[in-house]
Amino acid sequence: MADYSWPEADRRGQIGRRPARLDGPVKSTGFARYPSDQNPPGLLAAKILTCPHAHARVVRIDTSAAEAIPGVRVVHVIQGEGSEIQWAGDEVAAVAADTEDIARDALRALQVEYEVLPHFVTEKHRDRAPAAQPGSERTDGDPDAAFASAHRTVEQTLGMPQMAHMCLEPHGQVAAWDGDELEVHASTQAVSTLAGQFASELGIPATQVRIRTEYMGGGFGSKFSPDRWGIVGAELAREAGAPVKLFLDRDQEVSVAGSRPSAFARVRVAADEQGKLVAWDSDSWGSGGLPGASQTPLPYVFSRLPNRRLRHTSVPTNLAGSRAWRAPNHPQACFLTMASLDDLANELDLDPIEFLDRNLEFTGRADVYREELGIAAGMAEWKERWQPRKRSRDSALQRGLGVSIHTWGGRGHASNCDVTVHPDGAVEARLGSQDIGTGTRTIVAQVLAETFGLELPQVRVSLGDNRFPQSGPSGGSSTVGGVCASTRRAAQDALREVLTRVAPRLEADPEQLTAAGGRVFVEGEPSRSMSWTEAASRIGGAPVSAQGRNPGPGRLISSGVGGVQIAEVEVDMETGVVQVKRMIAVQDCGLIVNRRLAESQVYGGLIMGVGYALFEEWIPDPVTGRLLNADMEFYKLAGLLDVGSLEVHMMTGPGYDERGVIGLGEPPVISPGAAISNAVANAIGVRVPWLPLTPDRVLDALAGRGGIA
Amino acid sequence: MRPFSYAAPATVEQAVSLLEVEGSEVLAGGTDLLSLLKDDVEQVERLVALRGIEDLSGIDASGGRLRIGSMTTLQELRDHAAAMAAVPALGFAIDGVASAQLRAMGTVGGDLLQRPRCWYYRRGFGLLALGPDGRSMVEAGDNRYHAIFPEGDARFVSPSSLAPLLVALGAEATVHGPDGERRVPVEALYRTPRAEGERENTLGPGELLVEVTASVGAARSAVYEIRQRRSLDWPLMAAAVSLYGELPLVDRARIVLGHAAPTPWLAAAAGDLLAGRELTPEQIVEAAEAAVEGARPMSGNRYKMQLAAVAVRRALLRAAGMEA
Repeated sequence: MADYSWPEADRRGQIGRRPARLDGPVKSTGFARYPSDQNPPGLLAAKILTCPHAHARVVRIDTSAAEAIPGVRVVHVIQGEGSEIQWAGDEVAAVAADTEDIARDALRALQVEYEVLPHFVTEKHRDRAPAAQPGSERTDGDPDAAFASAHRTVEQTLGMPQMAHMCLEPHGQVAAWDGDELEVHASTQAVSTLAGQFASELGIPATQVRIRTEYMGGGFGSKFSPDRWGIVGAELAREAGAPVKLFLDRDQEVSVAGSRPSAFARVRVAADEQGKLVAWDSDSWGSGGLPGASQTPLPYVFSRLPNRRLRHTSVPTNLAGSRAWRAPNHPQACFLTMASLDDLANELDLDPIEFLDRNLEFTGRADVYREELGIAAGMAEWKERWQPRKRSRDSALQRGLGVSIHTWGGRGHASNCDVTVHPDGAVEARLGSQDIGTGTRTIVAQVLAETFGLELPQVRVSLGDNRFPQSGPSGGSSTVGGVCASTRRAAQDALREVLTRVAPRLEADPEQLTAAGGRVFVEGEPSRSMSWTEAASRIGGAPVSAQGRNPGPGRLISSGVGGVQIAEVEVDMETGVVQVKRMIAVQDCGLIVNRRLAESQVYGGLIMGVGYALFEEWIPDPVTGRLLNADMEFYKLAGLLDVGSLEVHMMTGPGYDERGVIGLGEPPVISPGAAISNAVANAIGVRVPWLPLTPDRVLDALAGRGGIA
Repeated sequence: MRPFSYAAPATVEQAVSLLEVEGSEVLAGGTDLLSLLKDDVEQVERLVALRGIEDLSGIDASGGRLRIGSMTTLQELRDHAAAMAAVPALGFAIDGVASAQLRAMGTVGGDLLQRPRCWYYRRGFGLLALGPDGRSMVEAGDNRYHAIFPEGDARFVSPSSLAPLLVALGAEATVHGPDGERRVPVEALYRTPRAEGERENTLGPGELLVEVTASVGAARSAVYEIRQRRSLDWPLMAAAVSLYGELPLVDRARIVLGHAAPTPWLAAAAGDLLAGRELTPEQIVEAAEAAVEGARPMSGNRYKMQLAAVAVRRALLRAAGMEA
């Protein structure tokens, strides 16, 4: 059995370095062809007619006028007469036409009569919900006794509404048939699993479905399935006998293609005189549209708190079902917990960092958090600059500091990788994975180059095609661990085969040979060597290849990380406008393959975090049940001027590196909401119980009004 | 997109005769109208593009007057040193349009006459957004960005970045139409629609905005906008003020709110409060509070009353050179 492992720090050629992403140039110059850039000959454009009502029954559909428009190729009814529609934006019919303009004209010509039914879209008022589903109560320890003898208790209701994924490349695909064979250029996070889903819906064998995703413009957890528009697009293409491009319009993208569930909770939490947590009680509710929403992990991070009571009510609404949003359930749980703890620290007259420190025993990784809190506090100059919430304020602009901590798993998913060494020395990895913008292509190349002792231009990574060995969907920060492990195992096996074949030339045993710096040499005797090219030329006429799998032998990956974030904000007490001045993130993720890309993941998490902390929310209209901001005008994203200074510190070295590779996509997006909310409370002296922290909510809190429900 | 014809007249007279035909609409910078057409919120028979009419562009800032052609782009105005020196507050107003693309394409006339951003209007429910029961959908629905001074059934807000300042300056608009030219105060370009289908401006068939003129130098003006994002975003509230007289003595003052009412909202009583008196911080606060008197906020926009008072106060402080 071979020893699969990562090289020690002093022997790393690629791991831990900061190469720029390999596809940066093609992306930034516009040469990268995303699925929505595919324009095969004869391409038709398809558009979808959606229901304008939040709850309705389709009474009648007349497609004749649309079908009569010149250039309309296929009109396809998705939900016909009698169908009950449960959210505005749900798909009713689709049209494929010669041009996008004609397709839109055809949508307007479709006559649909609806019977409008009552709707409910404002889950904040759970008492008014027609179909709330209270869950069972769960109690650990004796919370009542603990609250009764507690030194300080805080109690309040907090909440954050639903928000959208807002992928810049909307959901969709280009579908083309060649006889019974279907090729789909899909904007997906799941290249290897999509084919089977298309196949079963379309009634063909999965072997006849090819999925291609060379690049894709963002998924954040919302692009794991073909979706109805995928199947419809393929059906339109089959019926029309021509390739069909079907991507959602922006309003559809915002309304139906991905949202994060809301979370509200009445939270009560208490501590003793030493500032130790003694009890937690939460009565939570939330909605992810029609399916409602499940309990979030409360109390977050401090999950070993002994006395606690949890109740949760799932509130279905007439809105499209939610999808996994980067770190599902964690940002919500983090806000509900860290805001409550921050208020409790204030009640105890304790510095919140000191308060967290005193309670780290209730977390799973006290040492990591303690080290990270120290580093973050130093970066923020917390000791010098933090002031208690209770202080006099004599000017309109007030600064505040807030802290939050978070956790995530991030174990690598199942992955297979083929590595091939060609007789000319070229090395290639092929895997049915996808680069969803995180840099997967680049880190796989680094693992290859590391293993063979080469530089990045000497290796090639092929992914984004389900004809390659299957690799897991990119979700839950599972990709980096999965693909690095499968690639490393395949590469080590392939290298061993090469070394075995060239060992006689160097009059050595294969075990004595090392590949590094573009050469193969006898360990300890660099003069007994040959170039990599020469070594490869001696493997024979056929390439050497090996397949690696994850999970598998050797300690290449693990899971479980902790992170600390500190936000510094400036609040205009008179206008309620919050500006993030600075975000500090301290994060561990085991062995870092690419420092630049790791930091980039954290920057991205912080930017998304500022977005949902200050700006982003679904605004469903109680009157029509439609989203009023299904656009990029009033669905506000953070712009470059809004995110402040982002400062990232990655935990590396002994204690971290030997854990192997751990995923990083989710962790940095978890804490910003809580840290920014805490910073605002510190700045203005009161808690704003809502995210996002919009001026109206800040002013309401300052005026002592505007609580939730 | 519904089919329409496109005309590119070379003279104002040609434009007028084209615009006289019902269903014709002016195309200026096109930064908004094209979206309205694509979204089928508005329908036109013919677009009359004004870009080819040279007379409509240009800036003249001499002789104590500022003249701005309606097809002048916001960026051209921003880059005009003499205009900026004459009315520095114009720079604040233009910078509030926080997108280089919008400033480069958007015109002064287009800014003044742009359609409201009301999210009910933009979703096809009409400017007044009256439901089947005749009640205001805005009132019953989400009105966080709507008017605190509703008029009749209208609850949308006037979105122009330049109008509050031009009204505060007492600027005039020159309108050319079938009966020749007329000059009106800029505020007279606006009206509140009383019935669905009526427009929020007073231009008649065949009329187009040619230029705006203002006498400059007599007043100290300022603009203060409150917006949530520093990146591209609409103001939640905007105030423009002009102070006439030898400060600290104020002869008269004009205070105008944007994003507060269906038209640029002249807070006359607040201005009158300052007239004939010496300007002090206390009086500024008084005027700011007077500016929101009579406001009728709805369920979700009470906070805009405070924003209006703060915007007026800060604009006055800025105009008076008393900013902290």
